Amino acid sequence: MLRFENVALRYGSGEEVVSDLNFAIAPQSFQFLTGPSGAGKTTLLRLMLLSLRPTRGAVHVFGRDAATLSKDELTALRRRIGVVFQDFRLLDHLTTYENVSLPLRALGRAESSYRSEVVELLRWVGLGARMNAVPPVLSGGEKQRAAIARALIVRPELLLADEPTGNVDPGLARRLLRLFVELHRLGTAVVIATHDLQLMDQLGFASRLVVGDGRVEIFAGASE
Amino acid sequence: MSAAEADDSRPKPAPEPAFDRRMPLIPGDSIAGRALIVVVAIMTFLACLTAGSALLVAEASHAWRADVLSDVTIQVKPGPNDDVDRIVEKAAAIAAKSVGAANVRAYSADESRKLLRPWLGDRLDLTLLPVPRIIVVRMAGQSDADIAALRAALAKDAPQADLDDHRVWADRIGLMAGAVVALALALFVLMIVAMATAIGFATRGAVAENREIVEVLHFVGASDRFVANEFHGHFQRLGLQGAAIGGGTAIAFFLAAEGLSRWAANSPGGAEIAALFGSFALTLTGYVSLLVVAAVVALLTGVLSRRIVLRHLRALQ
Repeated sequence: MLRFENVALRYGSGEEVVSDLNFAIAPQSFQFLTGPSGAGKTTLLRLMLLSLRPTRGAVHVFGRDAATLSKDELTALRRRIGVVFQDFRLLDHLTTYENVSLPLRALGRAESSYRSEVVELLRWVGLGARMNAVPPVLSGGEKQRAAIARALIVRPELLLADEPTGNVDPGLARRLLRLFVELHRLGTAVVIATHDLQLMDQLGFASRLVVGDGRVEIFAGASE
Repeated sequence: MSAAEADDSRPKPAPEPAFDRRMPLIPGDSIAGRALIVVVAIMTFLACLTAGSALLVAEASHAWRADVLSDVTIQVKPGPNDDVDRIVEKAAAIAAKSVGAANVRAYSADESRKLLRPWLGDRLDLTLLPVPRIIVVRMAGQSDADIAALRAALAKDAPQADLDDHRVWADRIGLMAGAVVALALALFVLMIVAMATAIGFATRGAVAENREIVEVLHFVGASDRFVANEFHGHFQRLGLQGAAIGGGTAIAFFLAAEGLSRWAANSPGGAEIAALFGSFALTLTGYVSLLVVAAVVALLTGVLSRRIVLRHLRALQ
């Protein structure tokens, strides 16, 4: 699904932020991406999301070398990847409903064709009563769930989430984690960037990609 | 417990989302957006003013030229021993027989002198001067061949008579009107270029201002075309508003000018002003042209911004 081969990245003429990355994300797998702050987790996620181009090495996404993709092909591949940003990145002038339906709107679908789908997902993530609220009036947890719902609405084959439980209380964090596990069971490969050890300990079956000194070490999880 | 209380205790259904309209993805209300509306409105007004003025000049010139060219003047300059009345009679007869002449009017000696009075005054005895005699021939058409034949006939049988077809004047008027229209066109093009530049700046500013929205749209799988369409819609709305304000003001200006010129026509000197500048009234086609200018400006705003956004997004890759 996603394969990194000798990938390295440097910003400008500085030192390599990450180097010699060799790993693969298998379909329907679940992994945590962890490491100390500033180790390069977010950079790695952005490489996975194809929003950064490696300065050397190759990133293969869904069997395609990302370096050879045209802009349209890149867009088509991005539609198969859901992403939850650490800072949510919800559009403040749109309602929760409109934010969550954004990926479907970007696909050019008619609003009537996805209305029930979006409403159902919003109710599933507990935002049924907040559909018409705009992000500035949502709590941190509500924003988090809206961002997750937006990533899930297209039923992605790969979900990348950057600190998705960083802004919520432990109870809500557990509930959100259950949401990701449910999604994983439905067939989505999940990558969660976090440095919350307790969270990782809750899912023993998940692999851990540990980023440190610009490199990645992989620790396989226990079988489910 | 009453029925009403029982109803209140039930969980309230989640409110359905407001589906009545699709919120634009690019927020419409911004200072830059309002500034662009003002710029487009001013540019549209100026463009309509230029186009309208050019149309007025072109129409006035056409009408004046048609009027001047419909008449030719035969001037008989008397020699010391000439029988002027006989020559005038002969020249008028030649003109009346010529092809294309609709009406011939020979001015008498007294009428010819009267034509000079506004310039020379009443005190001078004009009978002492060799005042040329005038024959005005109204032509049914403006055939060069007819005028050449008349000139040849006069040269043969009445050599003291000169034919003036006013062509030199008409050509000068045409040239002047053409120059004014060309100048108006150049101004129009300059205004469009200035407006396009303003739209370019505003578009780049809007893309920079909404960079995060563009980024989020890309991450959720929106194509460049989709993003450009959103900006296109945004700027199309701004362009429409600006063009409607500018075009509407220009139409109101021309209507007011038309009303004023009609009112001035009844005042002393109004007829002279009307003769020089025309009635200052645009035809229906003229007003339609102003609407077309405003529509083109609105369209241009949208199309230009779309192209700029697409180019910008390609550069981002």
